[in-house]
Amino acid sequence: MTLELENVSITLGTQTFSFSLSARASEVHAILGKSGSGKSTLLNLIGGFLTPSHGRMTWHNENLIPLPPEDRPITTLFQAHNLFDHLTVRQNVALGISPKLKLKSQDWDAVNQVLDDVGLPNRGDALPIKLSGGEQQRVGLARCLLRKRPVLLLDEPFGALDETTRGEMLSLTKDVISSRNLCVLLVTHNPDDADFLNAFKHTILNGRI
Amino acid sequence: MTLRLTQALAAALLLFVASATLLPLAALIQQVGQLSVVQALSDVWIQRVIKFSIWQAALSTGLSVGLAIPVAIALSREPRFIGRQSLLNVFSLSLVMPTLVAIFGIVAVYGRTGWANGWLQQLGLPEFNLYGLNGILLAHVFFNLPLATRIFLVALDGIPPAHWRLSSQLGFHGWTRVRRLEWPAIRAQVMGTSLLIFALCLTSFAIVLTLGGGPRATTIEVAIYQAIRFDFDLSMAVSLALIQLFIAISVLWLGSIWKQEVPMAFSSLSAQDQWRPKSRLRSLNVLIIFIASGFVLLPVVGLLVSAIDPAFFSVLKAASTVKAFVNTLLVAISSAILCFVMALGLLLIARHCHYRLKLQRTSQAVRLLGNVILVMPPLVLGTGLFLLLRPYADVFSLALLLVILINALLALPFVLRILDAPIHQQAQSHDRLVQSLGIAGWSRFRLLDWPTLKPAAGLSMGIAASLSAGDLGAIALFGSDRVTTLPLLLYQRMSSYRLQEAAVTAVLLLLTCLLLFTLSQWLTKSRSKDVNP
Repeated sequence: MTLELENVSITLGTQTFSFSLSARASEVHAILGKSGSGKSTLLNLIGGFLTPSHGRMTWHNENLIPLPPEDRPITTLFQAHNLFDHLTVRQNVALGISPKLKLKSQDWDAVNQVLDDVGLPNRGDALPIKLSGGEQQRVGLARCLLRKRPVLLLDEPFGALDETTRGEMLSLTKDVISSRNLCVLLVTHNPDDADFLNAFKHTILNGRI
Repeated sequence: MTLRLTQALAAALLLFVASATLLPLAALIQQVGQLSVVQALSDVWIQRVIKFSIWQAALSTGLSVGLAIPVAIALSREPRFIGRQSLLNVFSLSLVMPTLVAIFGIVAVYGRTGWANGWLQQLGLPEFNLYGLNGILLAHVFFNLPLATRIFLVALDGIPPAHWRLSSQLGFHGWTRVRRLEWPAIRAQVMGTSLLIFALCLTSFAIVLTLGGGPRATTIEVAIYQAIRFDFDLSMAVSLALIQLFIAISVLWLGSIWKQEVPMAFSSLSAQDQWRPKSRLRSLNVLIIFIASGFVLLPVVGLLVSAIDPAFFSVLKAASTVKAFVNTLLVAISSAILCFVMALGLLLIARHCHYRLKLQRTSQAVRLLGNVILVMPPLVLGTGLFLLLRPYADVFSLALLLVILINALLALPFVLRILDAPIHQQAQSHDRLVQSLGIAGWSRFRLLDWPTLKPAAGLSMGIAASLSAGDLGAIALFGSDRVTTLPLLLYQRMSSYRLQEAAVTAVLLLLTCLLLFTLSQWLTKSRSKDVNP
């Protein structure tokens, strides 16, 4: 089970990007680079929010490029705005099972279970605004886990957190990815995060990996 | 919903809005065959009408904006002043108050037999003549001073608290504080606000019709009405409409040079927790606030006082009043819903173009389509529709339908502006998430769009409903003895000097507008949390 990128290219404005990368299940790959270097562009290409002009992108030899974001074997924890403020924590997580929010009772059990797993039991009825920044990211992570996709993209998910919370989130992430054999791509500007997760490190230079 | 069906609906909506706004003009031009714009322009009377239209709009704009600046500064400097909130509420009242109702109040205060002339007489001063330029300016300032004040107050509230504290430490007082802190904040809004008010005054209809007092003070809009309704001179009406279109587009073009979004001034204004440096001129502030309140409140009080009468209930119960009231409700509610649906549809199409298809220009063009109506005189729209439908149906029996359609189109730019922000903001922050979770179609609307839109939906439908309830333009064109609404009834009663009945009608119309405005906000107020397993 491998995520393969072969010269996946796109031109945005005057900058041309071209990415090649190979990441297997239960590996963590960290993408390092200054802001504006193209880290988000890479995740947007993999996630399906941008269409490459050429190149090959496969998971387990299946071509990903024609698939819409929701059908890709991929789930993303964004830097911010992972939650809808008017829905409860439980509803936000449940969207990972049914985008129409129509769940059977065993599905709701799964939602509660995953909230336990990320250390937020009993917070299901709260609105996101009542949660701290770290807790909000945990809810986002819970939904990613519930979607049961083999590839997890982490888009600077710890960037806005304070040191202590960041440490807690990192250990939680480390636990859940190793127990689930996920293939993880972490975008960060902090090499320490990459080291903590025993990640392979890649640096984007002049729009290329 | 399948993709095909969604695409078909989107295309149908775009076609409907485009044809409803543009076909009437085309029909008019075709009907006339040969345009006589040049001939019209060389007519001395027309030249005078054009000059007067621009002159009165410029004066009204200058007065409204010039007077709004000190009022906004005084209000901003007195965040804890007792009457502040109620004054702001009265200011928002004038945003939903139908023009004719305000005119009635203005006549009650400043008219020949009004209070103001009574006071002037006692002081031995000459009589104030309301009719003509005086009355037009007074009414325009009555409507636009509160609008400008609210826009400027939002700008002043946007000054960071640190700047207020800094200005206090540096010892800025009075004029220095105006120059260094307050004026720079207001200045950014002055041009946009002026152009908005200029455009509103240029196309103002009811005020000029009732207070203009004759051919000396006629604007293009009223001349179009007279050409259609009394002379049935369509060629003249189209020429005038094209001239007005040219001026309105020039104003919009000027506005695009400054590239500023004028806030719609409906945002909540609460300076409760805001710290402001002590003002040395408290009494001056209070005086300014007092005068401004009096200016806006007097006509409202004048209206209410003249409606108090033993005959009040018998006028209310009269069959003509009841019929007009029912029609007004029907028109207001239907056009508010139609307008909301059109605006929402256009914005969802624009959102799809912007975020999914990455077609920013197309997205802007879709929004622009809903704003074309800003430069189209309502009377031209009405006449064009009249000509389009005449071969197929008895247009006067369709009067209410046409009035609903025209009013929905007229309210479209306002509703678009109010709904645009929440839709755009959510798409900006969450669209990738929505896409990756595969939330689409009806689920997206039900789960994500509607909950975030609800307050804006209530506000926009409230504004659309009260604008439509108070509109005279469309019903003046299509109305008859058989089909009236409250504004038309009020106009008829005013022009036949049945002032007592007019006063009651005006109060009823005002209450109807307030009711529609509060009701639609109440209906969309978020209640305590919904479904949970």
